[in-house]
Formats: sequence, structure tokens, C-alpha cells
Amino acid sequence: MNGRRYWRSLGQRQDSPEFRQWLEREFPQLASEWTGSRRTLLRLMAASFGLAGLTACRRPAERILPAGRGIEGYVPGRPLYYATIMTLSGLATGLLVETHEGRPTKIEGNPEHPSSRGAATAFAQAAILGLYDPDRSRSVLRQGRRSSWEELAGFLPSHFRAAGRGEGLWVVSSAIGSPTLARLKALLLEKYPRARWIEYEPLGREQEWEGSRLAFGRALQPQLRLDQAEVILSLDADFLGLDCLAPAWIQDFARRRRISSPGGGMNRLYVVETAYSLTGAMADHRRRARPSEIPALAQELARALGLAGELPVLQPGPPRTWAEAVARDLRRHPGRCLVLAGPRQPAAVHALVHWINHALGNVGRTVHYTEPPVQTQAEGLRDLAAEAASGGLRTLVILGGNPVYDAPADLDFSTVMRKAPVSIHLGPEADETAALASWHVPEAHFLESWGDGRALDGTASIQQPLIEPLFGGKTAGELAAWIAGHPRQRAYDLVRDYWTARWPKGDAERLWQRSLHDGVIPETAFPAVRPVLDEPRLRALLAAPLPAGEELEVTFLPSASTYDGRFANNGWLQEAPEPITKLTWDNAALISPATARRLGLEAGDLAALERAGRRIVMPVWIQPGHADGAVSLTLGYGRLRCGRVGRGIGHNAYPLRLGGPSPHPAGLRLSKLGRKYPLAVTQEHHSMEGRPLVREATLDEFRRNPDFTAREGPKVERFSLFREHAYTQGHQWGMAVDLNACIGCNACLLACQAENNIPIVGKEQVRRGREMHWIRLDRYYAGGEDDPQVVWQPVACQQCEMAPCETVCPVAATNHSPEGLNDMTYNRCIGTRYCANNCPYKVRRFNFLDYHKGLEEIHKMAYNPDVTVRMRGVMEKCTYCVQRIEEKRIQAKAEGRRPLRDGEILTACQQTCPAEAIVFGDLNDPESRVSRLKRDPRNYSLLGELNTRPRTSYLAKLRNPNPELEGLESS
Amino acid sequence: MPYSHKLHAGNLGIDCRYCHTGVEQSAQAGVPAAEICMNCHARVRSQSPLLAKVRESYQSGRPVPWVRIHRLPDYVHFNHQAHVLAGVSCAACHGRVDQMAEVRQVAPLSMAWCLDCHRDPAPYLRPPELVTRLDWQPERDPREIGSELMAARGIRPPLQCSGCHR
Repeated sequence: MNGRRYWRSLGQRQDSPEFRQWLEREFPQLASEWTGSRRTLLRLMAASFGLAGLTACRRPAERILPAGRGIEGYVPGRPLYYATIMTLSGLATGLLVETHEGRPTKIEGNPEHPSSRGAATAFAQAAILGLYDPDRSRSVLRQGRRSSWEELAGFLPSHFRAAGRGEGLWVVSSAIGSPTLARLKALLLEKYPRARWIEYEPLGREQEWEGSRLAFGRALQPQLRLDQAEVILSLDADFLGLDCLAPAWIQDFARRRRISSPGGGMNRLYVVETAYSLTGAMADHRRRARPSEIPALAQELARALGLAGELPVLQPGPPRTWAEAVARDLRRHPGRCLVLAGPRQPAAVHALVHWINHALGNVGRTVHYTEPPVQTQAEGLRDLAAEAASGGLRTLVILGGNPVYDAPADLDFSTVMRKAPVSIHLGPEADETAALASWHVPEAHFLESWGDGRALDGTASIQQPLIEPLFGGKTAGELAAWIAGHPRQRAYDLVRDYWTARWPKGDAERLWQRSLHDGVIPETAFPAVRPVLDEPRLRALLAAPLPAGEELEVTFLPSASTYDGRFANNGWLQEAPEPITKLTWDNAALISPATARRLGLEAGDLAALERAGRRIVMPVWIQPGHADGAVSLTLGYGRLRCGRVGRGIGHNAYPLRLGGPSPHPAGLRLSKLGRKYPLAVTQEHHSMEGRPLVREATLDEFRRNPDFTAREGPKVERFSLFREHAYTQGHQWGMAVDLNACIGCNACLLACQAENNIPIVGKEQVRRGREMHWIRLDRYYAGGEDDPQVVWQPVACQQCEMAPCETVCPVAATNHSPEGLNDMTYNRCIGTRYCANNCPYKVRRFNFLDYHKGLEEIHKMAYNPDVTVRMRGVMEKCTYCVQRIEEKRIQAKAEGRRPLRDGEILTACQQTCPAEAIVFGDLNDPESRVSRLKRDPRNYSLLGELNTRPRTSYLAKLRNPNPELEGLESS
Repeated sequence: MPYSHKLHAGNLGIDCRYCHTGVEQSAQAGVPAAEICMNCHARVRSQSPLLAKVRESYQSGRPVPWVRIHRLPDYVHFNHQAHVLAGVSCAACHGRVDQMAEVRQVAPLSMAWCLDCHRDPAPYLRPPELVTRLDWQPERDPREIGSELMAARGIRPPLQCSGCHR
């Protein structure tokens, strides 16, 4: 209907031979043997190939090992669930962790927790693999050599006895959200009053706090109510992606996108940003801008809202028209709109945003303010560097984090480390910082240690371990207590003592148990504060001249795979395609197509990037929709001291990232090297023939033509060569995916990987199109290559009622269940791949190699015992989590043969989806949520004209553009 | 460990579920913790050298390594709970364990053998409360009893692949 062309890649737009190959053949390179070097495979699997082949002569005796003593509440074979938290950059999100026989195997969000509300992010999903990472640090190191806890216990007291009042003692820790650790920090500083403690995060939000200091005179945390906002403007805030501080934000936002009838309404999202982000992909209006242009746009907006200043900031032209139209839209929704600024924006922009929200009457409605749950002080590292240079640094304690790798480059943190006579590093792996420390102490994983933390809104939770430390690590709290003169304090006692001291004596045990069970400590959220705006200061900010832009500006992005580098050794995350670029196992310098043309660059070209006397080499990736005249560098790659999976993967951008009171994009030089670098990009993989695969309309079009999806697609004529099944008995499973809610975040992909024992295949295999993910996030561009829009479509097995795969299997390894599942029976599969060849959706995955072979034993602890581990030569695909269906079915029978309730069975992808875009259920129940969605006029079947009758269907995407801006964006 | 089911389940008449505690709640029947042995053996033959391993396990918490007899391939997901609650006796798969000094496998546990019952379960069903009565003999045609149970309790064993393979 809208006649738009959707494309997956620049290659498709140009109809390149490579793209035709991906379209016509699922696996263009069909060499069936491993051609990568053995070394690569070894590194990839993080494994030593054991001598696994010699046990086949006789069926070996298998032992059953029951516990010596029974464990209360534990029945062998039944999973148990515990509430805990995961902390990232100091902020906790609540989790429910499933354990089998004492092994944590799967992470879900805790529905009771205000930040997660049942959703878990991709990082949380992948934490299971991180726990069982065989490359985690296993022993105390002294000067890089293996030492022991005893030796450390001998050294620490004697060293700190001589520390006096803490002269020259510096502690650098990660952001502290944990109340217990904050108390230990206070204790330590009490004992060593001259010591200094700096909290540092490479992705810190210093500009945000500084912005609220400018606006209100104190650091405050804005608390968003996205469910109350009808118009949202994001200034470089990827609040649905990597700048999201609570998955609940996504839920709130998506609820306002959901529309059940043409009479309903939905929110409108404006985004200004440099690189394409998840938030930009959801935008109704996205304006690409160089980093230096965004503050100007913020000022223009403030002026257009009549805050101060008579003269326009911007020259007449599209940016000004845009800002004025947005301002009018915001003004039409006072108290029901919201303006946000991202962490890469300078403090002045944040301050202006506070002012704008205040002026629009949003404070107390769509945003309120509380104490910040965390604060970091990156600039404190500059004082530390100065002290090191002056020779005053005596002892440096690093409690978590990897500053040698990720501190601002101009501070030269490795020199700081070398200048410290004694340096003690606590960390999960023997990383770049550990290599320069005189002592390295293994840090316990959050799934194996006690702790606590605060969510964004201040709600405190206990971090409850699921397993004993696998490699005997300590927590930051334990080490801090040790240094503060309380050796041998266990993390459990530290946490429990902290909280029980704050509760009424008689009630403490009950509250402790309840907090552990619920995963939240009651009544700990921060109260709202009503700050007063410092308007004169804000007026001065508006009047301040802005730095001029440059020809080529630079901005630094977190990585969707490694975050700030800390998850580099996690193969699940490395292999998950970056949502927008679809890059795996690498990062790249992102530039726009026009900039690429200007600089004579092609995708995959290696370029040298220079800034402030430092030089890095990185491949270039051409990103449609990127701002012209800017380069975005993804952080978190190029780790040199890392486990076997992440070592040397990608290129390190930190050397170009400078500190300073304010981010600045200037001073980058880029030159082409004339060499190519192989990138593993999945954007063209599993391309389907060019039919209207995604369907989309504007809200207005939908109101005028509610049945646009049916009109847009080809006519579906229902006929069959085969005898048809009625599918009217019992449960008939189906799924509906709301493209209007999906934000493309990959949480489903990782949840599926964890739930279904999906292997990692490595970069070389991904390049051949052999990634094994059962659910993929197809990302389509629409519009011109300079400024396209993005539409997501998660595609897993569609569970066709007339499944083309089934009729071609020569051994009946895939056939239909009476409940409408397209079952895949691994033990019957002989690997002809006919089924994959005949699948129009390209959702079947073939084990070309034995991807699980040679894994270390500890790695196998992550397996879900309810799902078969597949071997080489076997086809596999999405099962609708049939193991979960069977589990609930048996449970319902055991509970007096009651019927299954709607919503009782959640597929892994559905359960974790923060946008609630995936709904699974029984189509035979007309009142089930999925049945109701299937009656939605937006509902359509992917390639329905093939008469496959898929059980999964999609709800078409809607956008809600501002009519005033029509024609202004298409460039 | 020279453990005799014949002695414990047969001569002494201990119910299967006394030791295999998970059988009604879990996919796995469970092999008892040494603690369960010690419920009796703390007093009965408390000094027997034959029980040294059990006492040691109870004291140390280290498991006794029992040898697994009934094994299914990893790609088969058998669930004890579902079968026991449907009225499939322990003896249907494990045989008269109460007559075995040393447990041995009596049924083939092959897919065809499983499917014989899944396709036509009536002759193999009994009231669920009698599943551990290994010596139980039906007083009338077992098919009749089974058919009544199937009708009353809506028993329809899965025949699709994913019933067991997933």
C-alpha cells in the first residue's frame, strides 16, 4: 500500500552477486569440512579437545550420585528458582534464576522487581555462559605468577598495618549501587581518612549528573514514566537500547505503541542521533546529526519553546523547521510528553532538557527526580594520575573493572599502574589491569556470591548466590572489608549484618527471608524530590556559544555484545549479530554512505584513525542512516588480555577516547590503508524472496484502511494437494509477534540460545552463513540509503500447518504433532538438508560440524537438561519451546488434571521480551491472548500466499508521523 | 554396594516411594540420599561392614556412586511423574524388582516397546494408588480396568515425536 521497498543491505539495493547468492542458496559455500585452522576452533570453543574419541568400544558404566544428605525442598530432576540481581554500571535488575541439580542454567527477569518486571536483557541472558567461562581467573596472582590465598592473607594485613592514615592509598572501584559496599567504603575511609576512593565506569553518566547540578544545584536521577508520555523526544539517548537503565522502560514504551483497534492511539517518538540505534529504529521521526549539531538542536528547541533567547540558534533550513515542528508537538502535549538526553551529550544539554521538561509541565507526570542510585567520578582518575606522576601514590587498589583497558586514553593508566609500588586488582579475569598489578585477586561471579544492589529507582535487592564460587573468588565487599581491617568477613555476613541492623530486631529474620524470596527489599525505593530550577544559570547556558563542528567528528558507542569490553569472552554475545549493523565477532568504524563516498571507502576497508597523537586501525562499515561527517566507534573490542574467546577479537577504540570535563567530538583523522578486513555480517543471510515480508502503515493509513495488511499482501488461495487436518481438537499452539512493539534488542535470541542449548559456531562459520540461532532478527531498511527507516522482524520456525519441510524428509524426522507443532526429531535426522532447502522462511539450522564437541566439562554445566544437545549432521530449529509445553502439561496433570491456563506456558523468547512483542498460546481457546491478537486487523502471515499456513503470524508495523514534518526527512 | 531390592522391597515390603521419593513429583524417580538409608540403618545393623560406605557418605556428604542400570539415550526425555500418576506401574518398565537381589533390566526400553503401550495403554494401566504394588494382580480383564481409567482421567499418551524427543 505504501509502495515502499524494503532492503536488507546496500548489497541488496545494488543487487550484488553476493546478495543473489544469499537469496538463492541458503548456504552459498557448501564445503562440508572444517577449513579454519584447528587453532581457531580451539580458541573459539574455549576448550581443549580432550581425547574424546576412544570411549566407543563399550557402553561405559554410568554412575548415579545421590547426595549424602537430603536437601530441604529439593527433588532431583525438578528445577528450583531463586531471586537475585545482576548489576551493570552500578544498577541492579532483578532476576529469577533456574537451577538444575545446583547448576544455574537459565536466567529470567523477576516479575516482582521494578526495573525488570519479568524481562531480562541480552546481557543478563548471557550471564549463564559467563559463569561457566573456563577462562575466568582461578587463582591469586603475584607479579603475574600463580600465588595463593594464604600468601595474600600473609601480605595484606602487614601491608595495610603500615598504611597509617592512608597517605597515598587510592581505591578505584566500579560504580557502587550496593548499600553494603557503600558502607564498607565509608568504613575504609574512616580507617584511612587520607585515602581516596574513586568510582569509575567507562560508560559512566557523569554528564547527566553534572547536568542536573547545573539545573538544580545537585545530582539527581530522572525517573521516567514512559507509559505516561504521548510525545517523546530523544536527544541522542538510546533509551530502548544500550542507554536503557531499566528494561521496564521498554515495557512502558511498548505498551504505548500497542494498538488494538483503529480507534486506539499510540505515542510518537522523535530521535536525534549520530549512529543508528535501537531507539532510532523505533522513531517516527529520526533526525541524523553530527555530535556537535545535537546541542545546537537542543538550544534551538529550547528557544522554540520560548524558554529564553530571542534569536534562533540555527540557520533557516530543515533543522530549524524540524525543531520548531517538534516544539509545537511537545507544546500540544503539556504534562504528557518527555524530552531525554543521552549520556554522550554534554552536561549543558542535560540541563536544558531538565528545563524543557519543567517548562512543559512534565515534572511529576512523565518524569520525577530522586537521589541518584549511583554516581561515578571519572575525572577523579586525573587526580590519581597526577598523584602517581608526583610519586605520592603508594598503594592502588582496584575493586573490579579494567581501567588499564578502558580508562580515558589521555590519562595513560598503565603508567599509573607501573608507578604504584603496590597495586591490588580484583577482577573476574586476568585482564589488562591484572597484568600490570602486583596482586591479582579473582572476583566471584554474581551468580556465586552474596551482595546487594539498588535498581534505578532505588529499590534494594539481595544478590543471592546460586552456586558456590567455582574458582574460589572473593567479592569487592570481602576485599574491602579485609583492607579495612576486618579479615575473613564472609560476603553473606556483610550483607546480612548490614540489612538486619536496619530492621526491627524481632522482624529481621522474616524480612530477610521475604527479601530473599521476593527479590526486592520492601520500601527501599527513593522518594521523589522536587528540585528548584536555577533559571538564571540555565539562561546563561542558552546564551553560551557552541563549539564549531568539524569535518569529521567522532563518537563512542557501547557494544551490544561486550558492553564496555567486560563481556568480550562471552561467545553467545560475540556471536549475536549487532542489532543494526548485523556484525558478529567484530566492531567497525561506522560511517554514512555519503561520507564513505567522499573518503573513497568501502565496507571492510581498513582505515587508520588518529586522534591526539594516538592511532588505531579499524575496518570501516557503511551504515545507512548514519550522520554524514561523523564516525562512530564501538568500544569494547580488541581485548589483548582476555580469555580464549575474546582475545584479539575486533579493534580497540579506547585509545582514541579522551577524558575531560565534557565530551568533545573533535580532532579525528581518518585515512584509508588500502587493505581489506573480513567481517562476518549476517544482514544478507537467510534472505527471503522479495515479497512484502514486513508490512507497515502510518497510524492515519491504518485508521482509514484497517485491513491494509490484507490488501498489501498477495491474495491467499487456500488449497492443498494433501489431505488436510482439522486441528480442532485439544490445544493448538500459535504465536503472534507485534512488529509495532519489537525493538530488535536480541534478548529473545539469547534467551533462546540459553534455553535450547544452541552452540556457538565462530566467525569463520558465521561468514559461511552457518550461525545456529533459532530466532533471528531480520532488520529491513525502508527508504533511501542516506536516511532510511528500520523495521524489525523476528523470524523463527513459523510452525506451518502445511509445512513444506515435512513432505521432503526422506526419513520422517520432521513431522507434525496433533497440536500443530512442526516437530524435529534429531535422532532420526540423517542430514539430507532437504527440509532446509524447502523452507521458504530459511529458519532451519544444520549442524555442519560438531559444535559441542570438545567443550570443557564446566561449559557443559550451562546446558538445559530438558533439551537434547545436537550433534554433527543434524538439522534443528525452533520448537516453540516444546520442553516448556510438556513440563507445564505434566504439571497441570499432576495438579488434579486441571486445564492449562492461558499464559501459563511462556516460550523463552516471549518470557524475556522486554517489549512483550511475542505472545504464545492456544488458538483453540478463542479468549486466549494469542487468539485475540490473531483477530487484530494488522495480523498477517509471512509469505502466507505460499499456503504454508504458518502458526506464527505478525502484526503489521505502524508509525505515527507528525503531518507537519511530511517530506522534510526524506533525503 | 551389595544392595538387595529383594530384601528391602520384597521381604521387608518397603514401598518403592520410601526411597525413590521423586517419582510422583519429578521426571526422575531419584536414587536415595544416604540419609534415607540411615533412617533405618542408624539402628538396624548399624555396625555392619557392608554399610560402611553408606555411613561414610552420610557423615561426609560425599555420594555413594551407584551403577545405573536403566538408561535411556540423551535424546529421550522420559518422565516418571507423568507415568506414575497415569497409573503405569513401576513393574511395567522395571519388572519385579522386589524379586531381584541385584537389579537387572527386563524390558528392552526401546522406542517400539514404548510405543506399544503409548498406542494402546489400556492393558497396562491400573489405579494410580496401586502403581508400587508390584505383586498386584487385576481381578478382571486388565483392558477393561485400563479403558475405564483412560475414560475417567482423560489419559491420551502422546504419539508425536516431541512427546519424548525434544
